[in-house]
Amino acid sequence: MPKLKIDNMDVEVAPGTSILQAAEQLGIEVPRFCYHDRLSVPANCRMCLVEVEGGPPKPVASCAMACADDMVVHTDSPMVKKARKGVMEFLLINHPLDCPICDQGGECDLQDQAAGYGYDRSRYHENKRAVPNKDIGPLVKTIMTRCIQCTRCVRFTDEIAGMTELGLLHRGEDVEIDTFVQKAMKSELSGNLIDICPVGALTSAPYAFKARSWELAKTETIDVHDAVGCNIRVDSRGGEVMRVLPRLHEDINEEWINDRTRFAYDGLKRNRLDRPWMRDETGKLRPASWDEALAAVAEQLKKTKKDKVAALAGDLCDLESMVALKDLLETENLECRIDGAQFDPGERCGYIFNSGIAGIEQADAILLVGTNPRWEGSLVNARIRKKWLADKVHIGVIGEAVDLGYPYMHVGATPEDFAAMVKEYAGKVKAERPMIIAGMGAFQRGDGEAVHAMLYDAAQELGCIKDDWNGFNVLHTAASRVGALDIGFYSKGGFDLSKMDFVYLLGADDLNMDQIGKKAFVVYQGHHGDIGAHRADVILPGAAYTEKDALYVNTEGRVQQARRAVYPPGEAREDWKILRALSGYQAKPLPYDNILQLRERIVKEWKHLGTLDVLQPAAWKKFGKKGKLLKQNFELPIENFYLTNCITRSSDTMMECTEAFLRAEDVAEAAE
Amino acid sequence: MLDDKDRIFTNLYGWEPHNLAYAQKRGDWDNTAALIKKGKEWIIDEMKKSGLRGRGGAGFPTGLKWSFMPDPEKTGKPHYLVINADESEPGTCKDRDILRNDPHKLIEGALIAGFAMGAHAAYIYIRGEFYNEGSAVIEAIDEAYDKGLLGKNAAGSGWDFDVILHRGAGAYICGEETALLNSLEGRKGQPRNKPPFPAMAGLYSCPTTVNNVETIAVVPTILRRGGDWFASFGKDEKNTGTKLFCISGHVEQPCNVEEEMGIPLKELIDKHAGGVRGGWDNLLAVIPGGSSTRLLPKDICDNILMDFDSLREVQSGLGTAGVIVMDKSTDVINAICRLSQFYMHESCGQCTPCREGTGWLWRVMQRMVRGNATVDEIDMLLEVTREIEGHTICALGDAAAWPVQGLINHFRPEMEKRIMEYRKAAA
Repeated sequence: MPKLKIDNMDVEVAPGTSILQAAEQLGIEVPRFCYHDRLSVPANCRMCLVEVEGGPPKPVASCAMACADDMVVHTDSPMVKKARKGVMEFLLINHPLDCPICDQGGECDLQDQAAGYGYDRSRYHENKRAVPNKDIGPLVKTIMTRCIQCTRCVRFTDEIAGMTELGLLHRGEDVEIDTFVQKAMKSELSGNLIDICPVGALTSAPYAFKARSWELAKTETIDVHDAVGCNIRVDSRGGEVMRVLPRLHEDINEEWINDRTRFAYDGLKRNRLDRPWMRDETGKLRPASWDEALAAVAEQLKKTKKDKVAALAGDLCDLESMVALKDLLETENLECRIDGAQFDPGERCGYIFNSGIAGIEQADAILLVGTNPRWEGSLVNARIRKKWLADKVHIGVIGEAVDLGYPYMHVGATPEDFAAMVKEYAGKVKAERPMIIAGMGAFQRGDGEAVHAMLYDAAQELGCIKDDWNGFNVLHTAASRVGALDIGFYSKGGFDLSKMDFVYLLGADDLNMDQIGKKAFVVYQGHHGDIGAHRADVILPGAAYTEKDALYVNTEGRVQQARRAVYPPGEAREDWKILRALSGYQAKPLPYDNILQLRERIVKEWKHLGTLDVLQPAAWKKFGKKGKLLKQNFELPIENFYLTNCITRSSDTMMECTEAFLRAEDVAEAAE
Repeated sequence: MLDDKDRIFTNLYGWEPHNLAYAQKRGDWDNTAALIKKGKEWIIDEMKKSGLRGRGGAGFPTGLKWSFMPDPEKTGKPHYLVINADESEPGTCKDRDILRNDPHKLIEGALIAGFAMGAHAAYIYIRGEFYNEGSAVIEAIDEAYDKGLLGKNAAGSGWDFDVILHRGAGAYICGEETALLNSLEGRKGQPRNKPPFPAMAGLYSCPTTVNNVETIAVVPTILRRGGDWFASFGKDEKNTGTKLFCISGHVEQPCNVEEEMGIPLKELIDKHAGGVRGGWDNLLAVIPGGSSTRLLPKDICDNILMDFDSLREVQSGLGTAGVIVMDKSTDVINAICRLSQFYMHESCGQCTPCREGTGWLWRVMQRMVRGNATVDEIDMLLEVTREIEGHTICALGDAAAWPVQGLINHFRPEMEKRIMEYRKAAA
């Protein structure tokens, strides 16, 4: 443990710690542009120079210099100040200084540090350099003249996103960041470039010229576009979500989010249900009042026998509303797996990501079954890549072979191949902590339960289950899913949806509506005029994830709290409140009048849901139901990463992404 | 003046063929195995005794550098010797003559040096423009393999050794040792941050020593004739041996010549290059060690000795010993401006001070050439060079700063005069 002195303060740090990190431990801020905690260290911006006594008479880059015993470091000596001022002057001579029209203004590292180290006027009287902008797709806007060539973006795409798409081209003062051939950046993590760019060279295209950072209200909440449960910050102004940014959570998303999470927010402003609707005698939807709509639903519910009442919970539902709906309907005919996934939900260990996402970093062999983690949980995939980059772990894939950003062995595509592999390796796995990650592709098929049983056996035989290690993981695609399974929002025996007379769709859009009987009375409660609303007889307008205080359980089984950033539009209300109001039309209203009472009710029955943000390990028990396996390939559950739910389907940005990233190739192929 | 019998490079001018038969006649590959069998410690000791300092420009003691290489058995990694033949410093052409006329000296030196540092492979990174020189080296390597001087049990020494020639693409920065390693690995030729130094993590993150061509090529002769023999030449114990000087510019006969370290500059120019054009009094300035060293005005040139420490005392350096002579017909501001353009063009663009600063220097220097500037800007120019110097990843920033600093130190009146003239003409 090297002990050293920084600015006359003693500090002891772990071996390998850089001077910059050690200074940070002491609370000394060292300015930097190129250095980023999660990226490699090129030490090229030269802003973090410090003076080390006893060395050569020149400052050293603190980000790249490891601490050594008895070092004496100064971070504010005249030499350091002069050096940093010089570097800042160099950075600014060719920077356009167009802060008033720059979207980075107010949250720009260069701006902030120029306040500390910049001269008050320029001594540079030559012509400034201009750099052509690059077209790297509809998400990231480039103003390359502002670029300070820190190469954070290059390193991000190389190291985190796993694709060599950007590079520092040319040399000397002609260097520029570019895709080697002009093309869109096909990474689902490309939006993070906006965050890591310390200046305004890479900014958000959809957010361009929309707002200034200081006029936005910031709400720390949870993302629901996939089951990872990324921590996000929603920036809003008035009643409008202006942008979505990642929030640090080391165990889930670190500091990244995927492009769908970041850019689908414009879908929150379109196709919204802002008032109740009812279908009239002619079969057309007409606006209705809350009283009318709720009374009609209650009456219908009273008329229908309990065993003919069914409820389906969609992918974006919060925990509270699902519990309230379950309490309200008192029916057995519940289902949250509207995507058709079949597995045994009886044991919690059988459907959660047992090791936790951070647990991937402890794994030493990973097997992916029926999943494309890049699309189903981009940050899970980023974590796998991080692990691969660090330790070159062995990764196997069963299912479709897609580009994951790291090399893997493609074992096969069918349950048969899987069984053969398990047989070959049973008891022979050398890895200490092997891990299986099963995606919905493994379960969305007729033999899903049998595959589930096979996964149980595989986990046992491949050594994924140890006293201190549970490497059996399920990667869900829906934010609501684990919570729904936890509270038993599924039917034990199954039911025939086409025979139901009353179907309550709680934000359920992503299913084939033809499965519902023609004569059934359908209530849709949700926030978008999407597939579900089209089939509905009564529409009750609910709140989207940015508009309610609610709990979500992510694929790890981690309970997280979302917070309201803006109010639901028009007459729309928070979902649990709608259900509570509906119960008021019945003989026995639901016994909770505010969200806290509702949460008390939840925790009373399901204790493990009472602790926020802590993993609740599930005991390893047998799950699955043995059966015949189909001779059919595992197919991937997501066809289009950018259009997976009603919010994204209403988003122009996501449509543009589909065109730019997914369809562009089809066109090119057709032309060839 | 150095006696012919004490010259190491006996075929510097290519008067004899460069092939193996003639090289052996000149004494190369003479019982190399015996030298190797004396052991690593002996070789490194002799090198230390000889006082040889790296001939690539920085002048770091070679024996000491070799001794930094860790024990191969402890690291468990292959060790590499990389020979820097990317000679691109303006005013320098010494390695070129070694490569084309005496390549066997280099290859034999590579074997011995490689053995001394536990390396089984040497890479010669040669400048792309040296096409014919590279061909000569390849010829020599092939001959050596044919005769069993390289490969398994090289030269009967019991040491397996391979030499691989790699052609660069002509970037000056690839002569910087870590940029060279990056380029050799197939990456962009940008210098790496140090530490870690190549001796710890160099080529493919393995222990590596990067040496200049001349440094390696003198090794066999030093070992044959003894470190003490080599150390008997030179000014003092820190500036020993013989050295190739490249004399170019306004002299009667530009040439490459091997001379004793510490020879007076005047003697060097007068004896070997036929003197300054128009006589010694017609001398304006000399850049003593390749374009990146600070120039010396005539009054310093009168008495200066050509060795590392004497030149450092006058804020210049021996560098690569590329002596560029400028007589009074030279527009010295324009000359330095041209060098600024060179460094701007060759900057890799990785780190801020060099990327932005070299362009700034060149643009201001262009105005200085015309005189379209203010006197204050001379001070600003000096300050900008100080902001570059020592703040960059590699030494290219320093190399860009020094010529301008030298100009301002020694020719400031000339620059001020130019500015005044411009004003007068404009008014």
